[in-house]
Amino acid sequence: MSELDLTKLIFGRLSWESIPLHDPILIGTFIMVAIGGTAVFGFITYKKAWGYLWHEWFTSIDHKKIGIMYMVLGLVMLLRGFADAIMMRIQQAWAFGGSEGYLPPEHYDQIFTAHGVIMIFFVAMPLITGVMNYVVPLQIGARDVAFPFLNNFSFWMTTAGAVLVMVSLFIGEFAKTGWLAYPPLSGIIKSPGVGVDYYIWALQIAGVGTLLSGVNLLVTIVKMRAPGMSLMRMPVFTWTALCTNVLIVAAFPVLTAVLALLALDRYADFAFFTTDLGGNVMMYINLIWIWGHPEVYILILPAFGIFSEVVSTFSRKRLFGYASMVYATVVITVLSYLVWLHHFFTMGSGPTVNSFFGITTMIISIPTGAKVFNWLFTMYRGRIEFDVPMLWTVGFIITFVIGGMTGVLLAVPPADFVLHNSLFLVAHFHNVIIGGVLFGLFAGITYWYPKAFGYKLDPFWGKMSFWFWTIGFYFAFMPLYVLGLMGVTRRMNKFDDPSLQIWFVIAAFGAILIAIGIASFLIQLYVSYRRRDELRDDSGDPWHGRTLEWSTSSPPPYYNFAFTPRVHDLDAWWQMKEHGYQRPTSGFLPIHMPKNTGAGIILAGISTVLGFALIWHMWLLAGVSFFALLAVAIGHTFNYDRDYHIPADEVAGIEAERTRMLANHV
Amino acid sequence: MVLMSPSGDIAVQQRDLILWSTFLMLLVIVPVIILTLVFAIRYRAGNDATYKPDWDHSTVLELVIWGAPLLIIIALGAMTWVSTHKLDPYRPLERIDAGRPLPEGVEPLVIEVVSLDWKWLFFYPEQGIATVNELAAPVDRPIRFKITSDRVMNSFFIPALAGQIYSMAGMETKLHAVINEPGVYDGFSANYSGAGFSQMRFKFHGLSDADFDAWVAEVKSSDEALSRAEYRELEQPSENHPVTYYASADDNLYHDILNRCLNEGDVCMDEMMAFTELGMPMCIAGDPRDRKARREDNELRELLDLTMADDSDRRSLNQ
Repeated sequence: MSELDLTKLIFGRLSWESIPLHDPILIGTFIMVAIGGTAVFGFITYKKAWGYLWHEWFTSIDHKKIGIMYMVLGLVMLLRGFADAIMMRIQQAWAFGGSEGYLPPEHYDQIFTAHGVIMIFFVAMPLITGVMNYVVPLQIGARDVAFPFLNNFSFWMTTAGAVLVMVSLFIGEFAKTGWLAYPPLSGIIKSPGVGVDYYIWALQIAGVGTLLSGVNLLVTIVKMRAPGMSLMRMPVFTWTALCTNVLIVAAFPVLTAVLALLALDRYADFAFFTTDLGGNVMMYINLIWIWGHPEVYILILPAFGIFSEVVSTFSRKRLFGYASMVYATVVITVLSYLVWLHHFFTMGSGPTVNSFFGITTMIISIPTGAKVFNWLFTMYRGRIEFDVPMLWTVGFIITFVIGGMTGVLLAVPPADFVLHNSLFLVAHFHNVIIGGVLFGLFAGITYWYPKAFGYKLDPFWGKMSFWFWTIGFYFAFMPLYVLGLMGVTRRMNKFDDPSLQIWFVIAAFGAILIAIGIASFLIQLYVSYRRRDELRDDSGDPWHGRTLEWSTSSPPPYYNFAFTPRVHDLDAWWQMKEHGYQRPTSGFLPIHMPKNTGAGIILAGISTVLGFALIWHMWLLAGVSFFALLAVAIGHTFNYDRDYHIPADEVAGIEAERTRMLANHV
Repeated sequence: MVLMSPSGDIAVQQRDLILWSTFLMLLVIVPVIILTLVFAIRYRAGNDATYKPDWDHSTVLELVIWGAPLLIIIALGAMTWVSTHKLDPYRPLERIDAGRPLPEGVEPLVIEVVSLDWKWLFFYPEQGIATVNELAAPVDRPIRFKITSDRVMNSFFIPALAGQIYSMAGMETKLHAVINEPGVYDGFSANYSGAGFSQMRFKFHGLSDADFDAWVAEVKSSDEALSRAEYRELEQPSENHPVTYYASADDNLYHDILNRCLNEGDVCMDEMMAFTELGMPMCIAGDPRDRKARREDNELRELLDLTMADDSDRRSLNQ
């Protein structure tokens, strides 16, 4: 074997040219990331915290810690995704009258692709999964999820996908295809580089995590509810989590399959989606949206659940129309599978097909509208406390109905023919994703933060964050509606018509307001940590909550509940408080718990290497890491040391401490 | 805002539909926003308004909150069904504008559109000419666009004229429209297609009959002809391609782009499909003659025409 072949076998397509040294923006980013990374690394080493992180967090199978790690991942990736957003806004506000702006197409096109991919897969998904992971077992009175190791593995696989996307920033390039990578543009002829391969493998690896986490939470909700919690006594958030995980389990395999087909086209000269040899791009577009449309409901349903919890807690009132809320959620779940074609009415399907999908889409607005009215009538004759979670909720209702309206408008096929792919569309989906999903997540984070950390978040910075986000949102996206009506299409990197510029400048201003909103949120975390003693919550129930998670201490003990609660009513904890519930202080039994394991992070680490090797055609490394993956997975099945019992004495000690804290509180 | 003040009858109807739908939805959106604010202010904790912590059900209200959106969606759904059929881009026009039905015997102007990396190629089979990045049509005469792509998917869109439709390789989409006011309008690709996408723009000229004839004459006076070799060069990726006129275009060029048989010896997709329908897919493969000879074989043509009888009614070749 010649030397050249050996280099190719080991390094594949990777060479020094793959490092984007020619791009000052990327070099600057790299230097900042390197400095920041070294600082964090050094700080952890200085604090001798590696062992602590490894034993208490990275290998933890505690659903609460995994939930928090998901949140950290989502928030870190939010900063990356937002950096992409603000770069786009600046480029579009700048590139007028012959100016090229500061981003050439090959860089700009990567940015809007990465922005979409990151915001959906590595911000919204981890944050939603994180909240579900943290809250669902507590709400149903369980001690952990059904498959604790799988939970840890799922988290690390999601992180592995995020790592690959981040690596593409500095080694090679990311896809330049738009966030759904439609062929033939993403085919090997038009995208011969590594960008689309980064896209495929990042999503495939993260997709394994998402699917397994969906199975896990689904089984948890179905099998592990406290005695007495029939389906119609489940908290609404748990209901929405149930529906979301049904959607994940049914939809994500489609994404995996369609990306596998695209990978076969690119790697092995198959012709599923090519223009020649009988391939057909319409199949790809149909398949990816058969996953893609349920995906948006995967994101929004838990947010609806959060709002339902928040609105009833802060209105000090039972949720209005619980049953109709549940039916609405289920109807949305089913209908979300019958609307995918509305993403491409312009493909030339017949009017009957288009009307069918347009009308099914509109029908979804009926249960969604019912939900909005239910929230409204929960507020009606309530005692509304405007804590930060409630502010997000009111902001959500007003913003979301506007996004819903433009969405139904886009569902009318002839209207879609003029609005499709325009900035009107971009404004619409940001309107529902920011106004719905993100506002919901901020409400949820503020609401459950005291549960997770034992102190409330600082309300001043929370309100700052709320107002800057909300006002920033309107400044950033209302101009895009106008531009859409002016016939401006999306993904442009320069413009000829000078009359458009003012709208882009306003939108860029809005993006800056949102940046202040994000900064306020981060300051809020820091300030709250500094003031944690003042903000401390000893009761475990700072908002006078209604559901079981508020019956535990804040933060809850790692076994969650010393005794599994019995449920007699919909708002289980509220009912227990009404009936003068007495916390048991003796008679504790040993508790059976799962043990931590490093297998999840190791498997995900090897998967990252495998993905990287496949992207760069490093066949030797790919082979080695593939067999390593199999070996570790099989090896882990021989690990019989998976559980232990917390002795009754230890439980009694922890519960006694809680009794003391509760006594102090009153 | 071009979408709100378009110049073609189809786009005008699409505008009206947007306005009507928005109005219908505002019937429920506006009360919701007002109620949200009213409830938020009236039932705030400090206000001492009525407080009913256990009130969580009302059958009448449930009927209203499910019924009101339902009624609006029924109205909107009916509008959608009717308008989607009426404004189907594949449907030949029945009127020139709101006040004028289509006179008997007026045939639409056929324009064949090919999206290339990153420019637009237009064939005028009736006039025998072709242009790049410039489109013209006479005012008040229906236009029938037949649209395809060389490889990457784009979307053919002239906002002032009518809604967009995708251009896809190996497939043909159609669009019927009419321009009612003379003028110069923007046209572009509305589906991202790679690095040169932002410059994939052209001007659409709505011209009076006399001006259109003059424009055709001008194109015909060009020295250039679109041969297959010329097309090979044109299909190479280029950005900001200048407007180009071709006095003539090679026979069957659009057909062969659409059916992916530009090279001598390729089997055209329509031939392949016709033979497959006839149950003899191997006829062409086993036929030693070249395509030109096959085209001149009357017996074979008759056979093909039988199966391909009216291509205009097919929604897409490759379905």
